[in-house]
Amino acid sequence: MYQFNFEPVFGAFDTLLLGAWFTIQMSCMAMLLGLAVSVAGAIGKTSGIRLLNLVVDIYVEIIRNTPFLVQIYFIFFGLPALGIRMSPNQAALLALTVNFGAYGTEIIRAGINSINRGQIEAAQAIGLSWLQVLRYVVIKPALRAVYPALTSQFIFLMLGSSVVSAISATDLTAASNDLNSLTFASFEVYLVTTAIYLVMSIAFSIAFSLIGRSWFAYPVNR
Amino acid sequence: MIREFGTGEVIYIVLAIRWTIALSLIAFLGGALGGLTVALARVSDNTSARLAATGFIRLFQGTPLLMQLFIVYFGLNIVGLPTSAWLAAAVALTLHASAFLGEIWRGCIQAVPRGQTEAADALAYGYVTRLKDVILPQAARIAAAPTTGFLVQLIKSTSLASIIGFTELTRAGQVISNATFKPFVVISLVAVLYFILCWPLSLAAKRLESRFDRAVAR
Repeated sequence: MYQFNFEPVFGAFDTLLLGAWFTIQMSCMAMLLGLAVSVAGAIGKTSGIRLLNLVVDIYVEIIRNTPFLVQIYFIFFGLPALGIRMSPNQAALLALTVNFGAYGTEIIRAGINSINRGQIEAAQAIGLSWLQVLRYVVIKPALRAVYPALTSQFIFLMLGSSVVSAISATDLTAASNDLNSLTFASFEVYLVTTAIYLVMSIAFSIAFSLIGRSWFAYPVNR
Repeated sequence: MIREFGTGEVIYIVLAIRWTIALSLIAFLGGALGGLTVALARVSDNTSARLAATGFIRLFQGTPLLMQLFIVYFGLNIVGLPTSAWLAAAVALTLHASAFLGEIWRGCIQAVPRGQTEAADALAYGYVTRLKDVILPQAARIAAAPTTGFLVQLIKSTSLASIIGFTELTRAGQVISNATFKPFVVISLVAVLYFILCWPLSLAAKRLESRFDRAVAR
């Protein structure tokens, strides 16, 4: 019978929590940078410029049809051949950003397409100012349309970021790998780590839904 | 001693695709069985079955696949099975696929109009007949596109099996990359092979989706 031994894991619980903090930091940064890429990509796709459209399509299709692990290996091990060298953490952030950007492009594009031309005209007809139209008729409904998809994409990003431990970037999984090689309590270490990830994803999804409810509630309260 | 990156190395990597495909197929077929069970439990009238299925889905959607692989890999030993990367990858990916397909298919089953169930009840169909002849055929049409989309995700996910030491496409690439010191070429080749595998499926998913949209709009 296997004897479970959680003592070394809980003894070093603070190193796991620090790892979790790194994971959250890296995910948030990658999401912010990735959102910028997404907006640029979505504008490129809706611009009507053929070449720009093609470039964005190629980017999105390449990223969506290759594994994240291969993308991160390419950036960390492959790019130095072209003279582009990065620390593991920089490579991890770049890979997460590029990956999020491809999925985000599709989400933001759907948001842009969801804006109804007729509603803008209606808003102008009832005398809303240019700024009010932009705020209440364009940006807010578009954000409301993309918000659920973006937040679940963030949780995918956070869970997927455990893969960056493969190039030994600092995150929760890397912290648990270190703890595993110190304690040899593999099963216990990874079980506790998984529980931490679960708590993080539940906490983020609750927080996102609360934020969404207060920001995007109808009727619009000012 | 540095090996040359020659035809033999390319063939080694290309042939490793068979392990990626085998692992994807096992996880997909196992996941289809598990997913159907989970989806049916999720929409059943039995509260505890519904709760158990919901918990299963939340657990697997709320934790990283890499952790699921590690836990199964180190857990095999605890339940008395030999520690094997092959077995661990197959089991973990099957469970993972069961949860995701279960959630996708739950949505598809619930998208079949409620009146269909009521009509089947009115005709005094039993549970099995109702599902087999009325609900599931309609749900399957809705499910075709998202299921194909998930298959792409699953094929990409099998790359994580390389981290626990299972030699599939990604790991074969790593081995050759380490031996030849040509990471740029080797990893690009691996990426191209994944792309060749996944892109047609992505296109098929898109085509199924627009065909379905047109059929519904009509």
